Amino acid sequence: MRVRPPASALIGAAIVIVMVAAIILAPWIAPYAESQFIGGVWDPPGATSWLGTDNLGRDMLTRLMYGGRNTVGIAAVTTAIAVVLGTALGFVAAAVGGWVDNAMSRCIDILLSIPVLISALMVLSVLGSSVPVLIGTIGILEATRVYLVARAVARTIAVQEFVAVARLRGEGLAWIIGREILPNALPPLIAEAGLRFCFVVLFIASLGFLGLGIQPPAADWGSMVRENAQAINFALLAPLYPAAAIAALTIGVNLVVDWLLSMYARPSGHALEL
Amino acid sequence: MVLRIEGLRVETQSGTVLVDGVDLELARGEVLGLIGESGAGKSTIGLAALTFARPGCRIADGRIVLQGTDLRSLDARGRSRARGVRVAYVAQSAAAAFNPAMTLLDQVTEGPVHHGLMSRAAARQRAVEAFRALDLPDPEHFGARYPHQVSGGQLQRAMAAMAISCSPDVLVLDEPTTALDVTTQIEMLAHLKKLIALYGTAALYISHDLAVVAQIADRIMVLRYGKMVEVGTATQILTAPRTDYARALVAERVAASRSVSTSDDTGRGTTLLAIDNLTVRFGERDVVKAATFTISKGETVAVVGESGSGKTTLALAICGQVARHSGNVYLADTAPAPRPSGNVQPASAALAPGNGDSLRLGGTLLAGRLSRRSREQLRRIQLVFQLPDVALNPRHTVEAIIGRPATFYFGLRGAALRARVTELLAAVGLDASLASRLPGQLSGGQKQRVCIARALAAKPDLIICDEVTSALDPLVAEEILKLLRRLQEELGLAYLFITHDLGSVRRISHRAVVMLQGEIVAEGPAAEVFGQPSHPYLIKLLASVPELRVGWLDEILRGRAGTLAVPNELITP
Repeated sequence: MRVRPPASALIGAAIVIVMVAAIILAPWIAPYAESQFIGGVWDPPGATSWLGTDNLGRDMLTRLMYGGRNTVGIAAVTTAIAVVLGTALGFVAAAVGGWVDNAMSRCIDILLSIPVLISALMVLSVLGSSVPVLIGTIGILEATRVYLVARAVARTIAVQEFVAVARLRGEGLAWIIGREILPNALPPLIAEAGLRFCFVVLFIASLGFLGLGIQPPAADWGSMVRENAQAINFALLAPLYPAAAIAALTIGVNLVVDWLLSMYARPSGHALEL
Repeated sequence: MVLRIEGLRVETQSGTVLVDGVDLELARGEVLGLIGESGAGKSTIGLAALTFARPGCRIADGRIVLQGTDLRSLDARGRSRARGVRVAYVAQSAAAAFNPAMTLLDQVTEGPVHHGLMSRAAARQRAVEAFRALDLPDPEHFGARYPHQVSGGQLQRAMAAMAISCSPDVLVLDEPTTALDVTTQIEMLAHLKKLIALYGTAALYISHDLAVVAQIADRIMVLRYGKMVEVGTATQILTAPRTDYARALVAERVAASRSVSTSDDTGRGTTLLAIDNLTVRFGERDVVKAATFTISKGETVAVVGESGSGKTTLALAICGQVARHSGNVYLADTAPAPRPSGNVQPASAALAPGNGDSLRLGGTLLAGRLSRRSREQLRRIQLVFQLPDVALNPRHTVEAIIGRPATFYFGLRGAALRARVTELLAAVGLDASLASRLPGQLSGGQKQRVCIARALAAKPDLIICDEVTSALDPLVAEEILKLLRRLQEELGLAYLFITHDLGSVRRISHRAVVMLQGEIVAEGPAAEVFGQPSHPYLIKLLASVPELRVGWLDEILRGRAGTLAVPNELITP
């Protein structure tokens, strides 16, 4: 029986699809070029620019679409790296156990003990801010969080008897991790991936706001908030547009993830336990 | 009539009928046994007596009349008052029913105090009386303990004390002894019987074990698929069941308590596995102490003992899952030289430590650690676990589960693999159409068959069966035992059959090893071990297995009146 997704999931999916489409299609559908000056500073919304202009007289809507390419694109790649790396390490630690688990977990603890923003600022000020460095740094830092979740989940699965059966059969680590543990660990990992994506978007935006993210004239939502922050003083909405874009995307992703989880957790024809 | 249930109908919210058209009557001081397999609706009826339905279920129709009042006509407040005060419930797992953070006394007195029936001091007084009646140690101070500080049997008794704390009219006993060892079960039964006599309450006794119910119930109701099959006095159901289903239940239980049937074949073949002075140590404690015995080709060796006797640890040490402290395990080489039949040697003589006899047997020393064993060695010893629910990966299809060993050990793929899976499914009596199912879509018995098929896929010489039938309903368990026996005849498998259920041991094993606190206290052909029990523990164990006749418990208790402090006048009416 096909279950109709709840309204919240449809709203979330609509938000995500519209935003992602707008971001991907930016070069074709955006009203202007990324850094084209079209009017005065902080012009109010009007027929020529639907959301007004920014601090340098560029079209806000165009900047948002191009900014999203950077923010969301980098966040997606970074999240993928963080989830794959964190999950792989967490699973190995849980499946092997013993001193391997101890050594890995203590190393991760060291990374965890330093606030991520501080670590990122250190790395980025030494290596300079470029897209690969940004992705690598945030990916590794966020992977430590994924590691904790993946290890905890995998430990509860690794002690179950079907894993014992696989070990007794003589299966290698790859099978145990990939075939026995992973399929059962997916629901919490999907949730974690969604959550991580939101954190990464915020992280990139924070770095952008601090001037360590994507460098101008390229746009990203975080630096757009900073560039337009002064407009608040004049009761203008300019900085709120990129902020709203971040909020909308985060909420949309969360709604979709909630729905995915409920789909996966739905029991598949279990007889009623009596 | 204390309790009268008429036309009871319980449904799930989606409309599945769990219990349909059940009527029952319970007189003061009477015990009605409810018997049936899981899914028969026994517990649902028991809970309905409290006008309670499990989450997702509702009582759709019927009258539940307690002392003249229809409980269903009461409002939520009235029903909640009736629960615990007038109808009380004793669950199967006391450990799950107690709050671990509160003392036993607080929990036992909570009911009467909460319902305003008596003062805290009076409730305490009564609780102590109940503790004394239940032979709990140091009744004055027993209540000060927390649930984890007492044994499972004591906790179960404390739960009975909690249930009678408000002097209810009706007690609902839902499998109160199922989770206990046989020797503890007999005591619990005696105490329940005494309690019922002492307080004159009526009781619904729910169990899947006919022999247990026969000891305590005046009348027995047989249920199946939520409907009543047959009801009658205990004697009538046991001796002259009228329906086919009731006859099958009785016949299964009779088979379980019959003496050894397979052991006539005592000629031992060549030794397959030799366990020599195997010791497993957890911390300072020897969980398995110097275990020595052998398993021959095609024979079943049963390892019997209570929970905590080290039998599962022994199995895991043989598999290499648990590290051994000392001792050796030898596995015969694939094609050993045939030994003259009749040359039967006691295990310890054949394999005295360090005399090199294992080499003479053509055996190979198995490494203690799993990772040091060869794939071939692993293939030849397979394990089937107690709980098929957790032994099957819930995200793998039956085909993937059974097919993997065939691919892993024999490299089967594609059509050959599918053919092998079909063959294995047929071998364990499952339909080929189940191949695409997930474990969650199978019944308990089917899941256990899948586990057996997975073990067979490796073409093993030895299958270690760890309590493979104890989580199953009696009739399903009987089918599994039959399947195991048939597979043994067809494939020449050897089994190491670990269990606490003496009934299944008698039916399947050639030889038996009895363990007590990590030590082997008896070993030999099953007929000898159980026919002429030598060790006191074994004698007690054998005497504790309920027999399928009314009055058995009373006889046993009269016999050991001195050791079990239950006054006789309370036991025999």
